[in-house]
Order: sequence, then structure tokens, then C-alpha cells
Amino acid sequence: MSRLLLGVLALQGDFAEHLQAFADIGIEAVPVKRPGEVLACDGLVIPGGESTTIGKLCERFGVGDAILELHRRGVPIWGTCAGLILLAKEIVASDQWRLGILDAEVARNAFGRQVDSFEADLPMDGIPGPPIRAVFIRAPYVTRVWGDTTILAALQDRIVAVREGNLLGTAFHPELTDDRRVQEYFVGMVEAARQAREQGQ
Amino acid sequence: MIEKSTWRNKVGLAEMLRGGVIMDVTSVEQAKIAEDAGAVSVMALERVPADIRAQGGVARMADLHIIEAIMGAVTIPVMAKCRIGHFAEAQVLEAIGVDFIDESEVLTPADEEHHIWKHDFKVPFVCGCRDLGEALRRIAEGAAMIRTKGEAGTGNIVEAVRHMRAVQKEIKRLTTLRDDELVAAAKQLGAPLELVREVAQNGRLPVPNFAAGGVATPADAALMMQLGAEAVFVGSGIFKSEDPATRARAIVHAVTYYNDPVEVAKACKEVTGAPMPGIDLKVLSEEERLATRGW
Repeated sequence: MSRLLLGVLALQGDFAEHLQAFADIGIEAVPVKRPGEVLACDGLVIPGGESTTIGKLCERFGVGDAILELHRRGVPIWGTCAGLILLAKEIVASDQWRLGILDAEVARNAFGRQVDSFEADLPMDGIPGPPIRAVFIRAPYVTRVWGDTTILAALQDRIVAVREGNLLGTAFHPELTDDRRVQEYFVGMVEAARQAREQGQ
Repeated sequence: MIEKSTWRNKVGLAEMLRGGVIMDVTSVEQAKIAEDAGAVSVMALERVPADIRAQGGVARMADLHIIEAIMGAVTIPVMAKCRIGHFAEAQVLEAIGVDFIDESEVLTPADEEHHIWKHDFKVPFVCGCRDLGEALRRIAEGAAMIRTKGEAGTGNIVEAVRHMRAVQKEIKRLTTLRDDELVAAAKQLGAPLELVREVAQNGRLPVPNFAAGGVATPADAALMMQLGAEAVFVGSGIFKSEDPATRARAIVHAVTYYNDPVEVAKACKEVTGAPMPGIDLKVLSEEERLATRGW
């Protein structure tokens, strides 16, 4: 079996931190910016950044269509912060471009402006051990889920981590701390999905 | 336990802006054009640097009504400038909730000896630098992002290139030094030893390093990115050009694919009108140079 290839969408945002985080646990991850590069991935991370900017670039350069194709193939996609916004089907009070594949509604900048950015200890389903130190930066949260979307973490009744099949969304930034458990969780999703694809062939 | 406005929160926002373009705007209309073009953030101003340069007089923090109107009109982060050393202007900008403060040499300095002690604030700061020593002094004071000073309002990239190269060259040099040599380097740079050691170990600044000052074309932006900038500020270059909307989009294009000349060429062809008129630095007297403000 060939090695896993993880892609981190590098159009804009903190893709360098995500790449480093995977390198820390010995997983090869590469920055991807073009449709062809996206389609070669066994798993894709959409990083934090500005969701309007990343969305416009996805639409303008054909990268969005490639990500949708990846999703149809059953390749796992993890969105953090801006990435979560782009996955969601509904965005409160916004008509901005999105992938629209996650059965969830998100509110942008929902905890306030930058001066309200914070860190908190967060227990998360699927992540054994002590709580995660979660870094929230002008963060969104999930206001509503439906379909097969399950809630993995909530902070004071606000949903901040969700999963639906091969989609993972976190409102916070696991790539900004030294804890690599969420990365390992996603790598687990990627390995399982690849096995399933290979068995299906 | 919940902790607000941590160092990670501040540097984290700078990291989220990587690979993006931050555009100077003076009105709600311009802010919307910038956001539509794909800007990651806007800098809310009363006058762009080219006009400050042309009109002279004391340049201060912008009218808060303008800043608040822009904050209300866009969803991307909004930055604003305060004068060097003017911590009361910074307090006011934090109080109205701007997302980032630029303690900027483009405004008339309020203090010729001291910069703001930025650790006291919840809001993150960006500061300009001409070399590594200046960058590390600002980081020691609490800057969460560094940018080149360049020479704002000139449409001339030469100073930004000089400053970016100076920083990169000094970083490279530090990585080759022994521990005892780092102490001497810290003395020579006028920077805290702890930060000098950190840079020597990691081969990079502890905070994101952006380019600013003189960016006027998509190729200028691509040049700065290839020289090591992690994002680009465009001041007068967009709204002092003939075609702000298409130029803004083109510069975003060039920054996204900065290391692919074919894409940068496409970006260059997107612009339809003349860039802002430029100024040869040789005609600027020492007093007219903004980059020499601050230390």
C-alpha cells in the first residue's frame, strides 16, 4: 500500500502550522493550491484564515470544484475555523461562497471580535485523555446540525466540533498547540476511508 | 479554564492572515471593494499614505466614525493605525474593538524615544522595521506581527526590498553563530538575547513577517512574497491607481500564486489602468522619509 498523502489547502491562512503539525507525528502533508494537487490527496485540511478570501479563491481558480469531487470520492476533509465555515451548508447572515457539504449552520465571528479571542480547556468526543487546550480566534460556532452530523464538542452550549461521515469540523485551532491528538484522530479517518475505498474497488 | 487575548491568540490572528493581502481603505465603499476582491483584512484610514505625504501636516489616528463605519461594513478583520508611542490612541482603538493596531511610522510620531508597551493590550499590534534589530525590539515590546517599513506612499518597492533582505540576511547569519557569538550579535543588533537565541535556533522570526511600503503592482507583491514575506500590505497602491477593483483582485491573484510566473503574468494582465504615480527615492529628503521614524 502506498503512503498516505495528506494535503493542506494553501490558498491562504495558517497552512504552515498544519503542515508542521502533521510533520510532528511523522505524516507526510503537502501544501495544495491547484485542482490537480487537491485531487491527488487521501485527505484534505482546509486551514484557518479568512473564509471569504479562501472561498473566493476556491471559486475563482477551480479549487472548490476539485474539493467537491474529492468529497464525492469519499476522501476525508477537515476544516478548522474558516475551513469549518466553508464546509457548512448554511452560514448565518451571509451569502458568501461555500462548499456546502456539511449538514450544519455556522455563525461567523460568533464569539466577538479579536479582543474577545480566547483559549479554553475542551473535552472532545473521540479524543481520550485530558481536555484539549482549544485556541479560538475570531471563531465561528455551529448554531444547528441536522442529518448525520454529530456533535463532538461544545463549550458553554455552543457547538465547536462536529463530524458527519468523512467530514470533520473544528471551530478552534488544534494546529496552534503542541497537542497532536486531533491530527491523529483525522489521520485515523483518512486511513479508514482509504481502506474502505480500496475494498470497494 | 478560559483565558482571553493570550499571546497565542494575538500571534494566531497574524498567522491566519498569511498568504493574504491587507488593503488600506478610507471609506465603506472602498472597504467593500477590498473585501470583494479577496482582501484578508483592511486598514481603516482617513488618508492613504500618498495623500498624507502630499498634504503634510500632523497625521493622527483616523476619525473613529470612519473606522467604526468600516468595521460595520465588512466581516474581515479591521486594522487601524496609531502614532508611534501614542498609547492613548491605541487604548481608544482597542476600546472600539479594532482587530489589529498598526503602530505606524506613516503617522507623525508622538514619542521620539519610546514605542508603545504592547503587552499591556488585548488587541494585537503590528510594527514596521528596517532590519532585524528593529524587528526584535518591537517583538520584545509585544508586537504580534512585523512588517517591513518600506517607504509608504511612494509606489516604489526599493525600500521594502531593502528592509526584507536586511531582515532575512541577518536571520540567516544568526543561524550560523555559536552561543558566545550570539551574545555579541545581540549587543550589535540592540535586541534582547533571548529573542536573538530563538531566531538563531528556528531560523525565522517568532511572529509572522509581512511586507509593506511601496507595493503598487502584482509583480511587486510577488517579489516581496518570494523574498520571504508571508503576506502583503498594499497602502496607496490600490486606491491611488486608476482601476482599484481589478488591481486589488490582481494583487490577490499574484500573492496566492506568487511562485508561479505564469499565474503572476495573468495577474499583471488583469490590471486595466495605470498604477499609482511613483516617487524616485532620490528626490526625497531625509526629513520626507517616513521609514526613519521610530528606531
